[in-house]
Amino acid sequence: MRRLPLEKKVLSENDRIAGGLRERFLERQVFCLNFISSPGAGKTSLLERTLERLSPNERVALLTGDIQTDNDAKRLARFGFPVKQITTGGTCHLDARMIERALVDWPLESLDMLLIENVGNLVCPSSYDLGEAAKVVVLSVAEGEDKPLKYPAIFFKAELLVLNKTDLLPYVSFDLDKARAYALQVHPGMEIIEVSCKTSAGLDNWMEWLARRRESAKPEKVPSSGRA
Amino acid sequence: MHELSIANSVLEAVRKERERLNGARVTKVGLRIGELAGVDPEALSFGFEVLVKDSELAPLALEIEFTSRRHECSQCKHVFTVVEYQVDCPACGSTETRCIGGDELELAYLEVEES
Repeated sequence: MRRLPLEKKVLSENDRIAGGLRERFLERQVFCLNFISSPGAGKTSLLERTLERLSPNERVALLTGDIQTDNDAKRLARFGFPVKQITTGGTCHLDARMIERALVDWPLESLDMLLIENVGNLVCPSSYDLGEAAKVVVLSVAEGEDKPLKYPAIFFKAELLVLNKTDLLPYVSFDLDKARAYALQVHPGMEIIEVSCKTSAGLDNWMEWLARRRESAKPEKVPSSGRA
Repeated sequence: MHELSIANSVLEAVRKERERLNGARVTKVGLRIGELAGVDPEALSFGFEVLVKDSELAPLALEIEFTSRRHECSQCKHVFTVVEYQVDCPACGSTETRCIGGDELELAYLEVEES
């Protein structure tokens, strides 16, 4: 019996495709975000509130993943930006190949931003790189405040936590301070924004984060050729 | 429950390696899974058994090494295992530490029969 060391990623095929997408996004300067949450936390609502705040001239497109139905794509299409539904037919997450396929007839030259709404699930989507610049995790106060401790992978990998449905705080036993503390335990320094997609509270902070993050994703200005 | 698709990716990787090894008989595959990988080892083992049973790779054993989250102190460079989310440096007390491991989802090794 011989033991051969491999030291290879299990999802290397997905990572290879995701790496190719990331390169293309960088080259074409398309800012890509991957939104992840459990079902019903408000990913689609957050995207709706975002689209209505963007200028109609923005070159934004959306991919939305679900196991069945194109309900989310219909909701998002009302804002006039191109939307494509990815129906996974049972698969609990989006993978890089699904994104690559969905982009075949969307020339990246015509886009500045791509927003991907993953399948509602706090576990599986965290394993699959889609080539995004950052993952955003959405948690609603109608869920338990200990979600970051129960599902550390996604809270560790996401750059930003959006705490949604803050309008419900008076009616639920969600402990906001604990939720923040748990998220920071799993991911020290994680950015956290509280919003209510219903009352629009906090959405300015979210839009400000989005603008700032888009700016920071831009490649550094190429130094002038005259520099020594 | 994405463990079944991950189990499938493991089998695909074994097939690829076997080809590279000119069809050598692979008897065991070793995986390394970190606590931050978001993958349940038990569900993965179950999915693996189901898939491997009726495949040309059977019998093929699976060994999983579960790894903890590890941090390195930015101040004193001490490397430590994070227990109960305590990410401050146990050596010098610094709060400036960074994660250097624990999100692995890797094929660590293959065992093949000697030809």
